[in-house]
Amino acid sequence: MASTSIFGRALRRSPWVFHVGTSGCNNCDIEIADCLTPRFDVERFGVRLVGSPRHADVMLISGPVSTACRKALQEAWLELPRPRAAVMVGVCACSMGGYRDAYSVAGPADKVIREVDPDATFVYVPGCPPKPETIIAGLVKLLGEV
Amino acid sequence: MDRLGEWLFFYLVFPGAAFTAALGLAMSWVDRKVTALVQWRRGPGPSQPFWDVVKLLGKEVVVPEQAWAGGFLAFPFVALAAATLAATLTWHAALRLPGGALGDLVVVVYLLAIPSLAVILGGAASGNPLGAVGSSRDMKLVLGYELPLVIALLVAVFQHRTVEGQDVTAATLSLAGIVGFQDAAGAVLYRPSGVLALFVALLCCHAKLGFVPFDQAEADTEIAEGALVEYSGPPLAMFKLTQAVQLATLPVLLVTVFWGGVTTTPVGLAAFVVKVLLLLVLFVLVKNTNPRVRIDQAMRFFWGPVTGVAVVALVLARMGW
Repeated sequence: MASTSIFGRALRRSPWVFHVGTSGCNNCDIEIADCLTPRFDVERFGVRLVGSPRHADVMLISGPVSTACRKALQEAWLELPRPRAAVMVGVCACSMGGYRDAYSVAGPADKVIREVDPDATFVYVPGCPPKPETIIAGLVKLLGEV
Repeated sequence: MDRLGEWLFFYLVFPGAAFTAALGLAMSWVDRKVTALVQWRRGPGPSQPFWDVVKLLGKEVVVPEQAWAGGFLAFPFVALAAATLAATLTWHAALRLPGGALGDLVVVVYLLAIPSLAVILGGAASGNPLGAVGSSRDMKLVLGYELPLVIALLVAVFQHRTVEGQDVTAATLSLAGIVGFQDAAGAVLYRPSGVLALFVALLCCHAKLGFVPFDQAEADTEIAEGALVEYSGPPLAMFKLTQAVQLATLPVLLVTVFWGGVTTTPVGLAAFVVKVLLLLVLFVLVKNTNPRVRIDQAMRFFWGPVTGVAVVALVLARMGW
């Protein structure tokens, strides 16, 4: 599955990450920021948090997708240049968690993105919030697939 | 035709495109590594900038619907070509390569301004509001730092000394001439005017490199890298390479103009490497210990105190200090 071309190798060594908070409780966002701190320092593996989805290879999504965020998430996803993938950080992004069947949510993030891009690649990192180690493990797993 | 082949070699291989790109990527690794150490982190491995560029080359190119596609895609290449040419001329003079003087200070200053212009035009061509904000800020910043930078570089041109009872003057705009003057009369930096001028030039180059506190044009936390916001894939790689080439050119230009260039003896080369690394680490430390200022504060800073110090340095240089 993993690509052996030089671009595939480069992609594994330099995944730039764009972080989208889809109306989560901010707990997962804090854990994502933890990954960049000296204790975990994901820049060792070439991971960089970038400000524009155009520069990113991987989208980190945290929080259940509210109806207000649905369109924005879909547009942001389509702005990622190919090859692209997403990591669902936290149980809300994976499967809605405590927000399941709530009136204000549009669905888990993978379903919302597959409405516009049926072939999108995802990795799920459950937890409330997941530990930084788990998020890094999820990212590593994802990079093994591209 | 011989000369054409020679010039192409200078431009494409050494000290031009291939050499400065590799050196620039290595120097941007130094930047990231020192940043990481300042922040008490490990930081990325030495090959990281190389992999970043290769990865970007393999990505999809997205052209926004509302963009002017031709300009949007052409400006990154214009930026890289101009930065590479500036690097070639600077290195050619610094290393005293054969083939005569290829260009003077004015040409290098113009060529070094083109990457900024290309970023401004590229941001404007992208049709993105954040790109427009980034472009306008970059435009103001260029207006701010170019004036003191040119005055500071003129300090080297206006040097005159008395060496063994004889008047020695630089009085030349050619980089090779300035290097030659410093061979005869000692580095510009070892005079009060030279110290002030290098200080001013360092601040201006800091802004040219888009480092904090003068990164208003990129400001990834507020306007998402400004003019570069819509760029993806190979064009973005070209801009990243341009930044790397500039990082490999500006410290070398400063060492050439103010600190005596490089002599091709082992000691001379080692001293040159130490000087360039010193300036680079200085850039990185300033970048990591300062917050971003507002664009109006930056302009007031450059047109006020910085230009003032540059003019004082120029007057001191005319007086032979």
